[in-house]
Amino acid sequence: MDSDVFLQLTVSGLSNGMVYALVAVGFVVIFKASDVINFAQGEFLLFGAYLAFAFIAQFGLPWSLGVLATLLTAAMIGLIVERLVLRPLIGEPVISMIMVTIGLSSLLRAVVNGIWGVRPKAFPNFIPSGEVEFLGAIVGFDRLLVIAIAAILLTVLTLFFRYTRDGIAMRAIADDQQAALSMGISIKRVLAVAWAMAAITAAVAGIMLANTVGVSHDIIFIGLRVFPVVILGGLDSVPGAIVGGGVIGLLESYTAGYTTSGLELIVPYIVLILVLMVRPYGLFGKEIIERV
Amino acid sequence: MLSLNNVEVIYNDVILVLKGLSLKVEQGQIAALLGTNGAGKSTTLKAISGLLHPEDGEVTDGNVEFEGVQIDKLPAEDIVRRGIFQVMEGRRVFEHLTPQENLLAGAYTARDKGGTDEALERVYGYFPRLEERGNSMAGFLSGGEQQMLAIGRALMARPKLMLLDEPSLGLAPLLVQEIFEIIQRINREEGTTILLVEQNATRALEIAHYGYIMEGGRVVLEGTPAELQDNADVKEFYLGLTQVGQRKSYRDVKHYRRRKRWLS
Repeated sequence: MDSDVFLQLTVSGLSNGMVYALVAVGFVVIFKASDVINFAQGEFLLFGAYLAFAFIAQFGLPWSLGVLATLLTAAMIGLIVERLVLRPLIGEPVISMIMVTIGLSSLLRAVVNGIWGVRPKAFPNFIPSGEVEFLGAIVGFDRLLVIAIAAILLTVLTLFFRYTRDGIAMRAIADDQQAALSMGISIKRVLAVAWAMAAITAAVAGIMLANTVGVSHDIIFIGLRVFPVVILGGLDSVPGAIVGGGVIGLLESYTAGYTTSGLELIVPYIVLILVLMVRPYGLFGKEIIERV
Repeated sequence: MLSLNNVEVIYNDVILVLKGLSLKVEQGQIAALLGTNGAGKSTTLKAISGLLHPEDGEVTDGNVEFEGVQIDKLPAEDIVRRGIFQVMEGRRVFEHLTPQENLLAGAYTARDKGGTDEALERVYGYFPRLEERGNSMAGFLSGGEQQMLAIGRALMARPKLMLLDEPSLGLAPLLVQEIFEIIQRINREEGTTILLVEQNATRALEIAHYGYIMEGGRVVLEGTPAELQDNADVKEFYLGLTQVGQRKSYRDVKHYRRRKRWLS
């Protein structure tokens, strides 16, 4: 076995995995705040990518302003979605909220099609395309950037959930919505914050993805790939999203490198099934507490 | 301080649960609200705290006034901000949060950080056991500790009026006694007004300044604990005693006749 190949596969697997982790983090935030599985997360990615395309390539903004505008618009979309779609369902069974996100995904996809059409677009190349050599493997700047962003997000979110008023309130709501209501926690406000956060992280991931695969509907399928990641890491765990992303990314990369038959496309889902059978709450997910 | 005037509550537009209920809670007192299962005690508390709305319940007639302001149309969060805090039945702690995080969640409406630290100190003063449990998740606490946590959470918000829904539910007699002593201390030391819903009538009347008895969605009897304890019907139905102080034989037919008069 060639150790250079192995190293190269490891690095590319990890950086792919960190993109998955970025997507998964947005998913985890919503689940933590409301126990809702957001099936529209892939469309949030798509929106992020197309918004960046629009601001930078179509309106010609410099990339720093363009990214900022993308993140702000994404946050706005998150808030609007929460206000119009999720808020009327507060207090209803969680399954209704989950079903509504499926409808939401179709809607968002249609909006993207309506505005930008279905043809893939070239993404404006603003992320420096240089590369560095690291332990004999070649790593692109964009890959390093993804890993750095994932690390920063992990730290910020972990602190947010542990120490801030809204972070604790989010976890409280996920545990017992009515009890949270009884102590004056504003479910509306907290859910709005959660959806805005999810939309922002998705937009970041969308931009990173668009940079590698281009601005097209293929991005949605990467959104699907988060399911193995979050199931493996635990639906409500930020560190779980990062670890799960890394593991799935590596697995894909190794199977792609050492086998020939396109097996890497199904490996994540095999993991998904295995995890569900053995440890359904994932590596870091919260266990169901039963007092006897 | 708090008054409910002819309150009518309907769930899902059809189920009439409170049928013209009136009661008053005076500042600084403990008022006990007693009654059988399904009398509407919990609904009464939820009508005050605004927790009816998410359950599709609605105050359709009469009104709830707190410090002279009508509050029955306000959302729960506004009512908490005005100083009413309900400790829900069945403890309802946040299982996956630590005891301290549970308490901080209770202080959600309190704005200043310094006040929160001080409130934590105070809660740990009342319930030293909660501090000892440190970083374990609240779901693993014992039933008594969870009830303490639920009351501690309420203390964190420094409410003017605390609504307690069956704090003795599912607890051993010794713990019930401890919890009731603490309720009494909170009332005395913090000056918190308390509306206490209980099945355990004997204990509740021991610490209350005034009592109400509910049946079928309205108040059927009220008075000071002494008056209520003296009432023959209360003795029989709630304290389980006859006039001579012995347990009642339920074979006695008169029991049902008198009960029927109450319910009509």
